[in-house]
Amino acid sequence: MRFMMFMYPGIDPTEDWEPDAEAVGAMSKYNEELTQAGVLLALDGLQPPQEGARVRRSGSEVTVTDGPFAEAKEVVGGYWTIQVGSKAEAVEWARRCPMNEGDMIEVRRVYEMSDFPEDVQQAAELSQTPPEQTSA
Amino acid sequence: MTASSDSRGAVDAIWRIESPRLIASLTRLVRDVGLAQDLAQDALVAALERWPESGVPDNPGAWLMATAKNRAIDLARRGKRLEDKQQQLVRDVGIQMAVDGADVEAALDDEIADDLLGLIFTCCHPVLSMQARIALTLRLLGGLSTPEIARAFLVPESTIAQRIVRAKRTLAEADVPFEVPSGDELQARLPAVLEVIYLVFNEGYAATAGDDWMRPALCEEALRLGRVLAGLVPKEPEVHGLVALMEIQASRAPARVGPAGEPVLLLDQDRARWDWLLVGRGLIALERAERLERPFGPYALQAAIAACHARARRPEQTDWVKIAALYEALSQVAPSPVVELNRAVAVSMAFGPAAGLELADRLLDEPSLSGYHLLSSVRGDLLLKLDRAQEARAEFERAASLTENARERQLLLERAAECVRA
Repeated sequence: MRFMMFMYPGIDPTEDWEPDAEAVGAMSKYNEELTQAGVLLALDGLQPPQEGARVRRSGSEVTVTDGPFAEAKEVVGGYWTIQVGSKAEAVEWARRCPMNEGDMIEVRRVYEMSDFPEDVQQAAELSQTPPEQTSA
Repeated sequence: MTASSDSRGAVDAIWRIESPRLIASLTRLVRDVGLAQDLAQDALVAALERWPESGVPDNPGAWLMATAKNRAIDLARRGKRLEDKQQQLVRDVGIQMAVDGADVEAALDDEIADDLLGLIFTCCHPVLSMQARIALTLRLLGGLSTPEIARAFLVPESTIAQRIVRAKRTLAEADVPFEVPSGDELQARLPAVLEVIYLVFNEGYAATAGDDWMRPALCEEALRLGRVLAGLVPKEPEVHGLVALMEIQASRAPARVGPAGEPVLLLDQDRARWDWLLVGRGLIALERAERLERPFGPYALQAAIAACHARARRPEQTDWVKIAALYEALSQVAPSPVVELNRAVAVSMAFGPAAGLELADRLLDEPSLSGYHLLSSVRGDLLLKLDRAQEARAEFERAASLTENARERQLLLERAAECVRA
Protein backbone atom coordinates (compact mmCIF):
# COMPACT_ATOMS: atom_id res chain seq x y z
CA MET A 1 0.00 0.00 0.00
CA ARG A 2 1.20 3.44 -0.81
CA PHE A 3 0.53 6.44 1.39
CA MET A 4 1.36 10.12 1.22
CA MET A 5 2.11 12.10 4.34
CA PHE A 6 1.47 15.83 3.92
CA MET A 7 3.19 18.13 6.38
CA TYR A 8 1.30 21.26 7.43
CA PRO A 9 3.79 23.33 9.43
CA GLY A 10 2.30 25.19 12.39
CA ILE A 11 3.59 28.56 11.25
CA ASP A 12 1.77 31.61 9.91
CA PRO A 13 1.85 30.98 6.15
CA THR A 14 1.85 34.70 5.34
CA GLU A 15 5.07 35.33 7.26
CA ASP A 16 8.58 34.82 6.01
CA TRP A 17 10.18 31.69 7.35
CA GLU A 18 13.68 30.27 7.18
CA PRO A 19 14.51 26.67 8.10
CA ASP A 20 16.98 26.38 10.97
CA ALA A 21 19.87 23.94 10.97
CA GLU A 22 18.68 22.01 14.00
CA ALA A 23 15.22 21.34 12.58
CA VAL A 24 16.66 20.36 9.21
CA GLY A 25 19.12 18.01 10.95
CA ALA A 26 16.33 16.30 12.88
CA MET A 27 14.26 15.96 9.72
CA SER A 28 17.21 14.47 7.80
CA LYS A 29 17.66 11.88 10.52
CA TYR A 30 13.97 11.00 10.25
CA ASN A 31 14.19 10.71 6.47
CA GLU A 32 17.21 8.46 6.92
CA GLU A 33 15.16 6.22 9.22
CA LEU A 34 12.46 5.94 6.57
CA THR A 35 15.11 5.03 4.02
CA GLN A 36 16.80 2.43 6.24
CA ALA A 37 13.42 0.81 6.88
CA GLY A 38 12.97 0.49 3.12
CA VAL A 39 9.63 2.32 3.15
CA LEU A 40 10.49 5.72 1.63
CA LEU A 41 9.69 6.07 -2.08
CA ALA A 42 9.87 9.83 -2.59
CA LEU A 43 9.80 13.11 -0.73
CA ASP A 44 9.93 16.84 -1.38
CA GLY A 45 9.92 20.02 0.65
CA LEU A 46 7.91 22.89 -0.79
CA GLN A 47 8.90 26.54 -1.08
CA PRO A 48 6.63 28.91 0.90
CA PRO A 49 3.33 29.96 -0.72
CA GLN A 50 4.81 33.41 -1.48
CA GLU A 51 6.51 31.65 -4.41
CA GLY A 52 3.34 29.87 -5.51
CA ALA A 53 -0.02 30.64 -7.08
CA ARG A 54 -3.60 29.40 -6.89
CA VAL A 55 -5.60 28.72 -10.02
CA ARG A 56 -9.33 28.57 -9.48
CA ARG A 57 -12.31 28.02 -11.70
CA SER A 58 -15.70 29.63 -11.15
CA GLY A 59 -18.33 29.31 -13.87
CA SER A 60 -16.48 29.86 -17.13
CA GLU A 61 -13.83 32.02 -15.52
CA VAL A 62 -10.38 30.88 -14.42
CA THR A 63 -8.62 33.20 -11.99
CA VAL A 64 -5.00 33.11 -10.87
CA THR A 65 -3.94 34.43 -7.47
CA ASP A 66 -0.26 34.77 -6.62
CA GLY A 67 0.86 33.84 -3.11
CA PRO A 68 0.87 34.56 -0.25
CA PHE A 69 -2.76 33.65 0.23
CA ALA A 70 -4.49 35.82 2.83
CA GLU A 71 -7.30 33.31 3.43
CA ALA A 72 -5.07 30.27 3.87
CA LYS A 73 -4.83 28.92 7.40
CA GLU A 74 -3.06 25.68 6.54
CA VAL A 75 -0.54 25.34 3.76
CA VAL A 76 1.27 22.18 2.67
CA GLY A 77 4.97 22.43 3.41
CA GLY A 78 6.12 19.11 2.00
CA TYR A 79 5.25 15.49 1.49
CA TRP A 80 6.58 11.95 1.73
CA THR A 81 5.43 9.00 -0.35
CA ILE A 82 5.87 5.76 1.59
CA GLN A 83 5.06 2.11 1.01
CA VAL A 84 3.82 0.25 4.07
CA GLY A 85 1.56 -2.66 4.99
CA SER A 86 -1.33 -0.77 6.61
CA LYS A 87 -2.74 2.66 7.45
CA ALA A 88 -1.73 2.07 11.08
CA GLU A 89 1.87 1.68 9.94
CA ALA A 90 1.71 4.92 7.97
CA VAL A 91 0.26 6.67 11.02
CA GLU A 92 3.04 5.24 13.19
CA TRP A 93 5.66 6.65 10.82
CA ALA A 94 3.92 10.05 10.88
CA ARG A 95 3.94 9.93 14.68
CA ARG A 96 7.71 9.52 14.65
CA CYS A 97 8.29 12.67 12.61
CA PRO A 98 10.17 15.37 14.56
CA MET A 99 7.36 17.92 14.55
CA ASN A 100 7.39 21.42 15.96
CA GLU A 101 4.61 22.92 18.06
CA GLY A 102 1.45 23.14 15.98
CA ASP A 103 2.74 21.04 13.07
CA MET A 104 0.27 18.58 11.58
CA ILE A 105 0.72 15.63 9.25
CA GLU A 106 -2.15 14.33 7.16
CA VAL A 107 -1.87 10.66 6.11
CA ARG A 108 -3.65 9.70 2.88
CA ARG A 109 -3.72 6.47 0.92
CA VAL A 110 -2.78 6.65 -2.76
CA TYR A 111 -5.26 5.29 -5.29
CA GLU A 112 -4.12 2.31 -7.28
CA MET A 113 -5.56 1.60 -10.71
CA SER A 114 -7.12 -1.61 -9.38
CA ASP A 115 -9.18 0.46 -6.87
CA PHE A 116 -11.22 1.84 -9.78
CA PRO A 117 -14.08 0.12 -11.63
CA GLU A 118 -13.23 -1.05 -15.15
CA ASP A 119 -14.91 1.88 -16.98
CA VAL A 120 -12.82 4.36 -14.99
CA GLN A 121 -9.70 2.32 -15.74
CA GLN A 122 -10.51 2.51 -19.45
CA ALA A 123 -11.04 6.28 -19.23
CA ALA A 124 -7.65 6.62 -17.58
CA GLU A 125 -6.05 5.10 -20.65
CA LEU A 126 -5.70 8.41 -22.45
CA SER A 127 -2.27 8.01 -23.88
CA GLN A 128 -0.05 5.21 -25.03
CA THR A 129 2.95 7.39 -24.29
CA PRO A 130 4.14 8.01 -20.76
CA PRO A 131 4.54 11.62 -19.68
CA GLU A 132 7.96 12.94 -20.68
CA GLN A 133 8.79 14.66 -17.42
CA THR A 134 8.52 11.49 -15.35
CA SER A 135 10.35 9.14 -17.65
CA ALA A 136 13.51 9.63 -15.57
CA MET B 1 0.89 9.17 24.15
CA THR B 2 -1.32 8.57 21.21
CA ALA B 3 -5.07 8.71 20.74
CA SER B 4 -5.76 6.20 18.02
CA SER B 5 -9.05 4.64 17.06
CA ASP B 6 -7.50 1.22 17.00
CA SER B 7 -4.82 0.52 19.59
CA ARG B 8 -4.30 -3.09 18.47
CA GLY B 9 -3.62 -1.78 14.96
CA ALA B 10 -1.17 0.76 16.38
CA VAL B 11 0.71 -1.91 18.35
CA ASP B 12 0.80 -4.17 15.27
CA ALA B 13 2.24 -1.31 13.25
CA ILE B 14 4.94 -0.67 15.83
CA TRP B 15 5.68 -4.39 15.88
CA ARG B 16 6.18 -4.46 12.12
CA ILE B 17 8.56 -1.53 12.29
CA GLU B 18 10.48 -2.57 15.42
CA SER B 19 10.47 -6.37 15.50
CA PRO B 20 13.32 -7.04 13.02
CA ARG B 21 15.74 -4.81 14.95
CA LEU B 22 14.43 -6.12 18.27
CA ILE B 23 14.85 -9.78 17.32
CA ALA B 24 18.24 -9.05 15.74
CA SER B 25 19.62 -7.36 18.88
CA LEU B 26 18.18 -10.06 21.12
CA THR B 27 19.70 -12.79 18.93
CA ARG B 28 23.14 -11.21 19.39
CA LEU B 29 22.60 -11.34 23.14
CA VAL B 30 21.13 -14.81 23.53
CA ARG B 31 22.73 -16.43 20.46
CA ASP B 32 19.53 -18.26 19.58
CA VAL B 33 16.98 -17.01 17.06
CA GLY B 34 14.13 -19.00 18.56
CA LEU B 35 14.72 -17.73 22.08
CA ALA B 36 15.16 -14.18 20.78
CA GLN B 37 11.82 -14.40 18.99
CA ASP B 38 10.11 -15.73 22.13
CA LEU B 39 11.51 -12.87 24.20
CA ALA B 40 10.41 -10.32 21.62
CA GLN B 41 6.98 -11.92 21.49
CA ASP B 42 6.70 -11.70 25.29
CA ALA B 43 7.52 -7.99 25.06
CA LEU B 44 4.78 -7.61 22.45
CA VAL B 45 2.27 -9.30 24.76
CA ALA B 46 3.29 -6.93 27.56
CA ALA B 47 2.85 -3.97 25.21
CA LEU B 48 -0.62 -5.14 24.22
CA GLU B 49 -1.54 -5.32 27.90
CA ARG B 50 -0.10 -2.00 28.93
CA TRP B 51 -0.17 0.45 26.05
CA PRO B 52 -3.95 0.71 25.66
CA GLU B 53 -4.02 2.21 29.18
CA SER B 54 -0.68 3.93 29.52
CA GLY B 55 -0.43 5.11 25.93
CA VAL B 56 2.37 4.28 23.51
CA PRO B 57 5.74 5.33 24.97
CA ASP B 58 7.79 7.95 23.13
CA ASN B 59 10.39 5.40 22.11
CA PRO B 60 8.43 2.15 21.71
CA GLY B 61 11.44 0.29 20.30
CA ALA B 62 13.50 0.98 23.42
CA TRP B 63 10.55 0.02 25.63
CA LEU B 64 10.17 -3.32 23.87
CA MET B 65 13.90 -3.97 24.10
CA ALA B 66 14.03 -3.15 27.80
CA THR B 67 11.00 -5.36 28.47
CA ALA B 68 12.47 -8.25 26.49
CA LYS B 69 15.80 -7.93 28.33
CA ASN B 70 14.07 -7.92 31.71
CA ARG B 71 12.19 -10.99 30.65
CA ALA B 72 15.49 -12.66 29.75
CA ILE B 73 16.95 -11.80 33.17
CA ASP B 74 13.80 -13.16 34.83
CA LEU B 75 14.12 -16.40 32.93
CA ALA B 76 17.78 -16.64 33.87
CA ARG B 77 16.94 -16.32 37.55
CA ARG B 78 14.13 -18.83 37.39
CA GLY B 79 16.20 -21.02 35.10
CA LYS B 80 14.90 -24.34 36.42
CA ARG B 81 12.00 -24.59 34.05
CA LEU B 82 14.14 -24.15 30.98
CA GLU B 83 15.78 -26.82 28.93
CA ASP B 84 19.47 -27.23 29.66
CA LYS B 85 20.86 -25.47 26.67
CA GLN B 86 18.55 -22.50 26.91
CA GLN B 87 19.17 -22.33 30.64
CA GLN B 88 22.85 -21.99 30.08
CA LEU B 89 22.38 -19.42 27.34
CA VAL B 90 20.05 -17.32 29.42
CA ARG B 91 22.39 -17.41 32.40
CA ASP B 92 25.18 -16.12 30.17
CA VAL B 93 22.87 -13.40 28.99
CA GLY B 94 21.99 -12.46 32.52
CA ILE B 95 25.66 -11.95 33.30
CA GLN B 96 26.25 -10.07 30.10
CA MET B 97 23.33 -7.78 30.76
CA ALA B 98 24.42 -7.12 34.31
CA VAL B 99 27.64 -5.85 32.75
CA ASP B 100 25.80 -3.97 30.03
CA GLY B 101 23.49 -2.29 32.49
CA ALA B 102 20.09 -1.52 31.11
CA ASP B 103 21.41 1.02 28.65
CA VAL B 104 19.04 0.13 25.85
CA GLU B 105 18.69 3.54 24.21
CA ALA B 106 22.40 3.95 23.65
CA ALA B 107 22.66 1.19 21.04
CA LEU B 108 24.69 2.58 18.16
CA ASP B 109 23.30 2.72 14.66
CA ASP B 110 26.26 0.67 13.38
CA GLU B 111 25.56 -2.00 15.97
CA ILE B 112 21.88 -2.19 15.01
CA ALA B 113 22.81 -2.42 11.33
CA ASP B 114 25.24 -5.27 12.07
CA ASP B 115 22.64 -7.11 14.13
CA LEU B 116 20.08 -6.76 11.37
CA LEU B 117 22.51 -8.00 8.75
CA GLY B 118 23.47 -10.89 11.03
CA LEU B 119 19.80 -11.83 11.31
CA ILE B 120 19.36 -11.68 7.52
CA PHE B 121 22.31 -14.03 6.98
CA THR B 122 21.03 -16.34 9.71
CA CYS B 123 17.52 -16.54 8.20
CA CYS B 124 19.04 -17.27 4.77
CA HIS B 125 21.65 -19.71 6.06
CA PRO B 126 22.54 -22.55 3.65
CA VAL B 127 21.85 -25.14 6.38
CA LEU B 128 18.13 -24.35 5.88
CA SER B 129 15.93 -25.47 2.99
CA MET B 130 14.80 -22.73 0.61
CA GLN B 131 11.22 -22.92 1.91
CA ALA B 132 12.46 -22.59 5.49
CA ARG B 133 14.62 -19.58 4.57
CA ILE B 134 11.66 -17.84 2.97
CA ALA B 135 9.29 -18.49 5.88
CA LEU B 136 11.84 -17.46 8.51
CA THR B 137 12.85 -14.31 6.60
CA LEU B 138 9.26 -13.14 6.24
CA ARG B 139 8.46 -13.95 9.86
CA LEU B 140 11.51 -12.40 11.50
CA LEU B 141 12.56 -9.69 9.04
CA GLY B 142 9.24 -8.85 7.45
CA GLY B 143 7.33 -8.88 10.73
CA LEU B 144 4.61 -10.89 8.98
CA SER B 145 2.47 -13.24 11.06
CA THR B 146 2.30 -16.96 10.38
CA PRO B 147 -1.30 -16.71 9.02
CA GLU B 148 -0.23 -13.87 6.70
CA ILE B 149 2.65 -15.91 5.29
CA ALA B 150 0.36 -18.92 4.87
CA ARG B 151 -2.22 -16.86 2.99
CA ALA B 152 0.45 -15.38 0.74
CA PHE B 153 1.81 -18.81 -0.21
CA LEU B 154 -1.61 -20.51 -0.41
CA VAL B 155 -0.66 -23.20 2.13
CA PRO B 156 -2.18 -24.14 5.51
CA GLU B 157 -1.07 -22.14 8.53
CA SER B 158 0.22 -25.28 10.24
CA THR B 159 2.63 -25.87 7.33
CA ILE B 160 4.25 -22.46 7.77
CA ALA B 161 4.27 -22.79 11.57
CA GLN B 162 6.05 -26.13 11.25
CA ARG B 163 8.58 -24.77 8.77
CA ILE B 164 9.46 -21.97 11.15
CA VAL B 165 9.74 -24.24 14.19
CA ARG B 166 11.93 -26.70 12.30
CA ALA B 167 14.07 -23.90 10.86
CA LYS B 168 14.80 -22.52 14.30
CA ARG B 169 15.60 -26.00 15.58
CA THR B 170 17.90 -26.67 12.63
CA LEU B 171 19.78 -23.44 13.27
CA ALA B 172 20.18 -24.29 16.96
CA GLU B 173 21.28 -27.87 16.28
CA ALA B 174 23.77 -26.84 13.65
CA ASP B 175 25.08 -24.24 16.11
CA VAL B 176 25.01 -21.60 13.40
CA PRO B 177 26.96 -18.62 14.74
CA PHE B 178 25.22 -15.25 14.75
CA GLU B 179 27.56 -13.11 12.70
CA VAL B 180 27.99 -11.01 9.60
CA PRO B 181 30.23 -12.88 7.19
CA SER B 182 33.12 -10.77 5.93
CA GLY B 183 35.15 -10.55 2.74
CA ASP B 184 35.06 -13.67 0.55
CA GLU B 185 32.59 -15.33 2.91
CA LEU B 186 30.15 -12.45 2.36
CA GLN B 187 30.58 -12.76 -1.40
CA ALA B 188 29.88 -16.47 -1.15
CA ARG B 189 26.76 -16.15 1.00
CA LEU B 190 25.17 -13.08 -0.52
CA PRO B 191 23.63 -14.89 -3.52
CA ALA B 192 21.56 -17.09 -1.16
CA VAL B 193 20.12 -13.97 0.49
CA LEU B 194 19.36 -12.34 -2.87
CA GLU B 195 17.72 -15.54 -4.07
CA VAL B 196 15.36 -15.63 -1.09
CA ILE B 197 14.31 -12.02 -1.68
CA TYR B 198 13.82 -12.54 -5.41
CA LEU B 199 11.80 -15.73 -4.88
CA VAL B 200 9.49 -13.85 -2.51
CA PHE B 201 9.15 -11.11 -5.12
CA ASN B 202 8.34 -13.56 -7.90
CA GLU B 203 5.79 -15.37 -5.76
CA GLY B 204 3.95 -12.07 -5.38
CA TYR B 205 4.45 -11.14 -9.03
CA ALA B 206 2.86 -14.42 -10.12
CA ALA B 207 -0.35 -13.54 -8.27
CA THR B 208 -3.43 -12.99 -10.39
CA ALA B 209 -6.43 -10.68 -10.08
CA GLY B 210 -8.64 -12.88 -7.87
CA ASP B 211 -5.89 -13.75 -5.43
CA ASP B 212 -5.79 -12.69 -1.81
CA TRP B 213 -4.17 -9.28 -1.40
CA MET B 214 -1.40 -10.84 0.70
CA ARG B 215 0.09 -12.32 -2.47
CA PRO B 216 0.86 -9.07 -4.28
CA ALA B 217 1.93 -7.68 -0.89
CA LEU B 218 4.87 -10.12 -1.14
CA CYS B 219 6.28 -7.97 -3.97
CA GLU B 220 6.22 -4.92 -1.74
CA GLU B 221 7.83 -6.83 1.13
CA ALA B 222 10.57 -8.20 -1.13
CA LEU B 223 11.24 -4.71 -2.45
CA ARG B 224 11.38 -3.33 1.07
CA LEU B 225 13.81 -6.07 2.18
CA GLY B 226 15.92 -5.41 -0.90
CA ARG B 227 16.10 -1.70 -0.12
CA VAL B 228 17.01 -2.43 3.51
CA LEU B 229 19.76 -4.81 2.37
CA ALA B 230 21.09 -2.23 -0.11
CA GLY B 231 21.43 0.19 2.82
CA LEU B 232 23.27 -2.43 4.90
CA VAL B 233 25.70 -3.63 2.18
CA PRO B 234 25.97 -0.60 -0.12
CA LYS B 235 29.21 -1.76 -1.79
CA GLU B 236 27.76 -4.85 -3.48
CA PRO B 237 26.59 -4.19 -7.06
CA GLU B 238 24.38 -7.27 -7.12
CA VAL B 239 22.27 -5.98 -4.22
CA HIS B 240 21.58 -2.72 -6.07
CA GLY B 241 21.06 -4.78 -9.20
CA LEU B 242 18.39 -6.89 -7.53
CA VAL B 243 16.67 -3.78 -6.15
CA ALA B 244 16.76 -2.18 -9.62
CA LEU B 245 15.37 -5.33 -11.22
CA MET B 246 12.51 -5.56 -8.72
CA GLU B 247 11.65 -1.84 -8.88
CA ILE B 248 11.47 -1.94 -12.68
CA GLN B 249 9.52 -5.19 -12.80
CA ALA B 250 7.10 -3.90 -10.16
CA SER B 251 6.64 -0.72 -12.22
CA ARG B 252 5.04 -2.81 -14.98
CA ALA B 253 2.51 -4.51 -12.69
CA PRO B 254 -0.38 -2.13 -13.56
CA ALA B 255 0.10 -2.80 -17.30
CA ARG B 256 0.84 -6.51 -17.46
CA VAL B 257 -2.71 -7.81 -17.17
CA GLY B 258 -5.49 -6.99 -19.66
CA PRO B 259 -9.15 -6.26 -18.84
CA ALA B 260 -10.10 -9.95 -19.12
CA GLY B 261 -7.22 -11.01 -16.89
CA GLU B 262 -5.05 -12.06 -19.83
CA PRO B 263 -1.30 -11.44 -19.67
CA VAL B 264 -0.09 -8.50 -21.77
CA LEU B 265 3.40 -8.96 -23.24
CA LEU B 266 6.03 -6.33 -22.52
CA LEU B 267 6.05 -4.81 -26.02
CA ASP B 268 2.24 -4.60 -26.06
CA GLN B 269 1.92 -2.92 -22.67
CA ASP B 270 0.46 0.57 -22.31
CA ARG B 271 3.57 2.30 -21.01
CA ALA B 272 1.51 5.16 -19.60
CA ARG B 273 0.28 2.64 -17.05
CA TRP B 274 3.76 1.83 -15.82
CA ASP B 275 4.54 3.16 -12.39
CA TRP B 276 7.06 5.86 -13.28
CA LEU B 277 8.00 6.52 -9.68
CA LEU B 278 9.28 2.93 -9.45
CA VAL B 279 10.94 3.15 -12.88
CA GLY B 280 12.89 6.19 -11.68
CA ARG B 281 13.89 4.41 -8.48
CA GLY B 282 14.99 1.35 -10.48
CA LEU B 283 17.19 3.43 -12.79
CA ILE B 284 18.78 5.14 -9.78
CA ALA B 285 19.47 1.77 -8.12
CA LEU B 286 21.10 0.57 -11.35
CA GLU B 287 23.30 3.69 -11.42
CA ARG B 288 24.43 2.83 -7.89
CA ALA B 289 25.46 -0.62 -9.12
CA GLU B 290 27.29 0.94 -12.09
CA ARG B 291 29.16 3.45 -9.92
CA LEU B 292 30.79 0.61 -7.97
CA GLU B 293 32.71 -0.20 -11.17
CA ARG B 294 32.77 -3.95 -10.68
CA PRO B 295 31.64 -6.59 -13.14
CA PHE B 296 27.87 -7.08 -13.17
CA GLY B 297 26.37 -10.34 -11.91
CA PRO B 298 23.10 -11.88 -13.09
CA TYR B 299 20.78 -9.50 -11.18
CA ALA B 300 22.48 -6.30 -12.30
CA LEU B 301 22.58 -7.58 -15.89
CA GLN B 302 18.88 -8.44 -15.84
CA ALA B 303 18.21 -5.02 -14.33
CA ALA B 304 20.23 -3.39 -17.11
CA ILE B 305 18.09 -5.23 -19.67
CA ALA B 306 14.89 -4.18 -17.89
CA ALA B 307 16.23 -0.61 -17.83
CA CYS B 308 16.66 -0.63 -21.63
CA HIS B 309 12.93 -1.32 -21.92
CA ALA B 310 12.09 1.22 -19.22
CA ARG B 311 14.05 3.97 -21.01
CA ALA B 312 12.15 3.42 -24.28
CA ARG B 313 9.07 5.61 -24.17
CA ARG B 314 7.68 3.67 -27.12
CA PRO B 315 8.52 0.02 -27.94
CA GLU B 316 10.13 0.97 -31.28
CA GLN B 317 12.67 3.13 -29.41
CA THR B 318 14.07 0.08 -27.59
CA ASP B 319 17.86 -0.24 -27.77
CA TRP B 320 17.94 -3.85 -28.97
CA VAL B 321 21.66 -3.80 -29.80
CA LYS B 322 22.43 -3.02 -26.19
CA ILE B 323 19.93 -5.62 -24.96
CA ALA B 324 21.52 -8.28 -27.21
CA ALA B 325 24.95 -7.41 -25.78
CA LEU B 326 23.60 -7.59 -22.21
CA TYR B 327 22.06 -11.01 -22.90
CA GLU B 328 25.41 -12.18 -24.21
CA ALA B 329 27.04 -11.02 -20.96
CA LEU B 330 24.25 -12.72 -19.00
CA SER B 331 24.83 -15.97 -20.89
CA GLN B 332 28.46 -15.80 -19.73
CA VAL B 333 27.79 -15.28 -16.00
CA ALA B 334 24.55 -17.31 -15.74
CA PRO B 335 24.33 -19.55 -18.78
CA SER B 336 20.98 -21.19 -19.41
CA PRO B 337 18.99 -22.27 -22.48
CA VAL B 338 16.22 -19.80 -21.58
CA VAL B 339 18.73 -16.93 -21.51
CA GLU B 340 20.00 -18.12 -24.91
CA LEU B 341 16.47 -18.06 -26.28
CA ASN B 342 15.95 -14.52 -25.00
CA ARG B 343 19.27 -13.59 -26.57
CA ALA B 344 18.05 -15.00 -29.88
CA VAL B 345 14.97 -12.76 -29.72
CA ALA B 346 17.06 -9.68 -28.84
CA VAL B 347 19.53 -10.44 -31.65
CA SER B 348 16.66 -10.81 -34.12
CA MET B 349 15.29 -7.41 -33.07
CA ALA B 350 18.75 -5.84 -33.34
CA PHE B 351 20.22 -7.55 -36.39
CA GLY B 352 17.32 -9.19 -38.20
CA PRO B 353 15.38 -12.47 -38.04
CA ALA B 354 18.05 -14.57 -39.81
CA ALA B 355 20.66 -13.83 -37.12
CA GLY B 356 18.10 -14.58 -34.41
CA LEU B 357 16.98 -17.82 -36.02
CA GLU B 358 20.57 -19.02 -36.25
CA LEU B 359 20.86 -18.70 -32.46
CA ALA B 360 17.44 -20.21 -31.82
CA ASP B 361 18.22 -23.21 -34.06
CA ARG B 362 21.25 -24.03 -31.93
CA LEU B 363 18.82 -24.73 -29.09
CA LEU B 364 16.93 -27.44 -30.98
CA ASP B 365 19.11 -30.19 -29.51
CA GLU B 366 18.84 -28.77 -26.01
CA PRO B 367 17.07 -31.50 -23.97
CA SER B 368 15.71 -29.07 -21.34
CA LEU B 369 13.89 -27.11 -24.06
CA SER B 370 12.49 -30.09 -25.96
CA GLY B 371 8.97 -29.57 -24.57
CA TYR B 372 9.25 -25.78 -24.23
CA HIS B 373 6.52 -24.03 -26.21
CA LEU B 374 8.35 -20.70 -26.32
CA LEU B 375 11.21 -22.13 -28.39
CA SER B 376 8.69 -23.20 -31.04
CA SER B 377 6.78 -19.97 -30.83
CA VAL B 378 9.95 -17.86 -31.17
CA ARG B 379 11.10 -19.96 -34.14
CA GLY B 380 7.65 -19.64 -35.70
CA ASP B 381 7.80 -15.89 -35.36
CA LEU B 382 11.28 -15.65 -36.91
CA LEU B 383 10.43 -18.06 -39.74
CA LEU B 384 7.34 -16.03 -40.59
CA LYS B 385 9.42 -12.85 -40.73
CA LEU B 386 11.72 -14.66 -43.18
CA ASP B 387 8.69 -15.53 -45.37
CA ARG B 388 8.97 -19.26 -44.56
CA ALA B 389 5.24 -19.46 -43.82
CA GLN B 390 4.84 -23.25 -44.06
CA GLU B 391 7.61 -23.94 -41.55
CA ALA B 392 6.33 -21.11 -39.34
CA ARG B 393 2.87 -22.64 -39.27
CA ALA B 394 4.24 -26.00 -38.16
CA GLU B 395 6.15 -24.29 -35.34
CA PHE B 396 3.11 -22.36 -34.10
CA GLU B 397 1.03 -25.53 -34.14
CA ARG B 398 3.74 -27.37 -32.26
CA ALA B 399 3.92 -24.53 -29.70
CA ALA B 400 0.12 -24.65 -29.31
CA SER B 401 0.28 -28.36 -28.56
CA LEU B 402 2.98 -27.80 -25.93
CA THR B 403 1.48 -24.95 -23.90
CA GLU B 404 -0.75 -25.68 -20.93
CA ASN B 405 -2.37 -22.26 -20.97
CA ALA B 406 -5.67 -22.30 -22.90
CA ARG B 407 -5.56 -18.62 -23.79
CA GLU B 408 -2.03 -18.90 -25.08
CA ARG B 409 -2.94 -21.99 -27.12
CA GLN B 410 -5.75 -20.05 -28.77
CA LEU B 411 -3.38 -17.21 -29.63
CA LEU B 412 -0.81 -19.61 -31.13
CA LEU B 413 -3.44 -21.40 -33.24
CA GLU B 414 -4.58 -18.02 -34.58
CA ARG B 415 -1.01 -17.23 -35.55
CA ALA B 416 -0.74 -20.62 -37.26
CA ALA B 417 -3.90 -19.83 -39.23
CA GLU B 418 -2.44 -16.47 -40.27
CA CYS B 419 0.52 -18.29 -41.81
CA VAL B 420 -1.83 -20.01 -44.25
CA ARG B 421 -3.23 -16.68 -45.37
CA ALA B 422 0.21 -15.10 -45.64
